[in-house]
Amino acid sequence: MDTVSLLLFSYDCLLALSLLWISWQIFANADLFRSIVLFIAFGLLMALVWVRLDAPDIALAEAAIGAGLTGALLLSSLARLDETAMSGKNISSGLPVRLTYRSLLTLVIMLVGGGLAYVIQSLPDEAEGLTAVVIEQLNNSGVSNPVTAVLLNFRGYDTLLEIMVLLLALLGVWSLKISPISGGPPAGAMLDYLVRLLIPVLILVAAYLLWVGAHAPGGAFQAGSVLAAACVLLLLAGWNIPDSISSNVLRILVILGPVTFVITSLLSLYFNQHLLAYPAAYAGQLILLLEAAATLSIGFILAALFLGNDPSAGDSK
Amino acid sequence: MSQPVFYSTIGIGLFCIGLYALIVQSHLLRRILAINIMGSGVFLLLVALGGRGTTGIPDPVAHAMVITGIVVAVSATALALVIMLQLSQTSGRAQQPDKSQDSRH
Repeated sequence: MDTVSLLLFSYDCLLALSLLWISWQIFANADLFRSIVLFIAFGLLMALVWVRLDAPDIALAEAAIGAGLTGALLLSSLARLDETAMSGKNISSGLPVRLTYRSLLTLVIMLVGGGLAYVIQSLPDEAEGLTAVVIEQLNNSGVSNPVTAVLLNFRGYDTLLEIMVLLLALLGVWSLKISPISGGPPAGAMLDYLVRLLIPVLILVAAYLLWVGAHAPGGAFQAGSVLAAACVLLLLAGWNIPDSISSNVLRILVILGPVTFVITSLLSLYFNQHLLAYPAAYAGQLILLLEAAATLSIGFILAALFLGNDPSAGDSK
Repeated sequence: MSQPVFYSTIGIGLFCIGLYALIVQSHLLRRILAINIMGSGVFLLLVALGGRGTTGIPDPVAHAMVITGIVVAVSATALALVIMLQLSQTSGRAQQPDKSQDSRH
């Protein structure tokens, strides 16, 4: 192996070992807070792995959603858990399973893992997959980034269902009526100034990611998650968002994406007899419109998932 | 070892670690972490296998599926966390009860 490939292979090995070691440490640790922080680090390492695998779109999504937003959700849940749990706050350990059962379980899982590894080993070294099919139709899709073309045009149905799943999760969270995140101490002058500086930049970055998704890594999900990060930052800095946005505005923003998708699919069914079949001349503009609506919805749904309670819950009192 | 096979094996390793932790851990928050790690392992497997193409471009359908999967995973995690909080509010703890001690009483 020449020097460059040797260096790249050692980089791969370093990433892989760090991933496996961190995932083991997440569960070997007694402190829950430390486990969550390690999980965030795990997400960021995964983003590096996605870059190594030539998947920059996934790297952006994993860093923003997988590491950032999931980490924020986990930390706020841990804080609320400490408020409600009666005892044993941060310490948790495994079930006191007998050693024989543990070793039997380890054996079974190693068998499962070994079987999977054997199957992977027996797959052909080169498999075309669907790359050629997508590249062939890319000119008709309206965008030049193949992942965006697949997400918003060729497999637009999956994206429609995905936005519905997000909305469904939000409805589930709102219907369970947990207590809202406690205010916490008011933000110091430094944090306040930083927030005022960062929020316009974050909104601009979200708009850029939305626009650039047509021809470079980016797109609606990455832009929506940056928007959600901006909202979470505002909430953490003590700004009283739930009071200043009326619940109706939030509800309209949250259903904007799903409704736009549904209207587009109904229109396409009526005019083209196929679900989400765009007219070829307007495909690019239509995709941008769908992505813009989806970005707003995704951003506010994720931020509302972090907030945790229905802002209109106080209206009935 | 070629890159697809290497990263697929790492993905399988992550899946197995997550599965073991899901079964053995008693605290619900750690179980949610375990499910997320299992998901990351599966995504790694999908994308690594999608990089086996003969042209330089990796399979965009696999990438799109994984982006969809990441978003669905975060929404499932959010709902699971809220259910866990509800459970801890009603029962006072977020941990599976210790059955081996109950049987001795």
